[in-house]
Amino acid sequence: MTPKYLLKRLGQAILTFFVTMTVSFLLYQAMPGGPTEAMRSVILSQSGGSVDIDRLNRMIQLYTNVNPDQPMHVQYFNYASDVILRQDLGTSFFKNEEVTTLIMQRIPWSMFISVYALALGYSLSIFLGVMTAYREKSRFDSTVSSLIIGLNSIPYYIVGVVLIYFLAIQNNYFPTGGRIGSGIAAGYNPEFMLSLVQHAALPAISMGALATSGALAMRGNAIRVLGEDYIRVAQLRGLRETRIATQYLGHNSILPMYTQFMIGIAGVFSSAVIVEEVFAYPGMGLLMFEAVKTQDYPLLMGTLLVFTAISLTAIFIADLTYTLIDPRISVGE
Amino acid sequence: MSEAHSDSFDLKDLYDEDIDPDPESRADRTKRFLEMNVVAPARIAVADWRALVGGAILAFFLLMGTVGVWLVERPTSGDAPVLAAPFESLAYPLGTDVFGQPIHAQLIHATPGMFKMIFAGAVVSVGFAALVGVVAGFEHGTRIDSILMTITDVVITIPGLPLIIVITAIFQPENPYIVGVFLGIDNWPGLARTVRSQVLSIREESYVEASEIMGIPLSSILRRDILSQLMPYVMINGALTSRRIIFESVGLYFLGILPFTTFNWGVMMNLAYEGNALTRPDMLPWMVAPMVCIFLLSFGLVLLSQGLDSLFNVRLRARHAKTSKKGTSKNNQSQATGGD
Repeated sequence: MTPKYLLKRLGQAILTFFVTMTVSFLLYQAMPGGPTEAMRSVILSQSGGSVDIDRLNRMIQLYTNVNPDQPMHVQYFNYASDVILRQDLGTSFFKNEEVTTLIMQRIPWSMFISVYALALGYSLSIFLGVMTAYREKSRFDSTVSSLIIGLNSIPYYIVGVVLIYFLAIQNNYFPTGGRIGSGIAAGYNPEFMLSLVQHAALPAISMGALATSGALAMRGNAIRVLGEDYIRVAQLRGLRETRIATQYLGHNSILPMYTQFMIGIAGVFSSAVIVEEVFAYPGMGLLMFEAVKTQDYPLLMGTLLVFTAISLTAIFIADLTYTLIDPRISVGE
Repeated sequence: MSEAHSDSFDLKDLYDEDIDPDPESRADRTKRFLEMNVVAPARIAVADWRALVGGAILAFFLLMGTVGVWLVERPTSGDAPVLAAPFESLAYPLGTDVFGQPIHAQLIHATPGMFKMIFAGAVVSVGFAALVGVVAGFEHGTRIDSILMTITDVVITIPGLPLIIVITAIFQPENPYIVGVFLGIDNWPGLARTVRSQVLSIREESYVEASEIMGIPLSSILRRDILSQLMPYVMINGALTSRRIIFESVGLYFLGILPFTTFNWGVMMNLAYEGNALTRPDMLPWMVAPMVCIFLLSFGLVLLSQGLDSLFNVRLRARHAKTSKKGTSKNNQSQATGGD
């Protein structure tokens, strides 16, 4: 594991966060009619009555950390230092609570379903990709490949709707929404755990459907690797099939997929916004949705920044594992 | 190109000869052009069922968006009885919604907007990706390349959907073209990377290297040797990008984040879902019909992209074109086949 490679990736992640923060600041400025005009009606409906422009600007500063009175660079500097040094993302217009507090309550729930969705989707696409390549042109291959093409043509939120209809409404295997059954005490007891898993299962599966899009590419890679000489040598050496399938075939066909998988992480995490609304699963995505509906701009920008921060962290962790499975990285680029 | 090693050849002459061989009658040239670009692809398209089915599905939706809009009246509330069941009346074959609007008419009138969004989104993302990818690939190893790739990596890792949601929440775009452009913003980086790596590998080909040594201007190398080879990737990825644009735009309408000013499949799904269509069998067609449309259109695009993959395969195409076999071909594609 070379420190240089990791430093480069870390620098990139920090740069990305800065860019997103700058974009969110610029979006405040680009609001139709400027931030003051755009947020006036929202704030007025909240506090009632009329306020003079100075007081309005002070209130905007209070809520959003952006003071429209100051020159642009001062505004940006204040905004950036609030976000980075104080982890202060402003105050929600409607919930009258700090955005950071609101988001922190929701993060574990979103992480729960997203991580399971990723694990499910990626292991399924690797497994199916390798299996179909192994049995290329068999009936199993054509059936599974067609199913994957079909699945990739259905948006993940429609997968969610179909799952709700068949597994939660027609049959009562799963709840239709929410994150925990009513009247169940939180704690390490079996009922709580079961209810937790039952509520998270369908959202995780429908987000996982998004992550299976790599299966066909995986199949192509595996077919190419199967034609390599070292596979034939391994077979001639009389190595066990399972060892060839995992260590030779699986390992070498995953490597080119790694970038795609890492890009997919951001996609799966952001799909939470739609999936959580479909399942009424109160995670960060639903919080963002509520913020859009109520024009709660500080909360909206806050969720965008936290979504970015989480995706970047996850991608960085994936990078750490990449150095473990690709021997070329440890030699240095 | 083993001749290139021999000094007795005048390289410039050799190349020029390659571009302009002995005069050929215009009829022959037209015939060859048609053979290479129309007949052979069509022949493969017929042989490759995926391109055929995908193209047919796409053509069906295109007809729906052009002729269909003209044939079927724009639905308004109270056109028909409320929540009529499907397959019972010719006036509303797919049934009606809670406002008495025929479902099939809503589906048809949502199609033009859908295509406008797809068009704008695909043009923006594919065009931008091709531009960034080609420039970065050609300036490989320079500062321009590293700057462009850093920008690409930054955009790749920003979660696209939340960003788009924030942008649409602030600007509330109503025009489908603008919605498409917004959606195109986060769809280009992946393709830009693919194009760049393609350009890099094409640059390594001996015929491109030869053109460079011979001092052929950069613009003609780009046009003749590189762009023609990239077109397949751009077309295939264009189809896949369109699918993503459909997923995202319908998703945003389904969430109710984009303003409900036009007919859209996502709007229908939103209204039906909010009305608890899943638990009311009489409302189910309102929910299912747009879902089927989205599935069909994206399925068509996926099939088309896979069919195009074999369609653009030069070796396959050369086998299906009769005229290309004789003598030295001046076609770029044949050069590519001869190059390795």
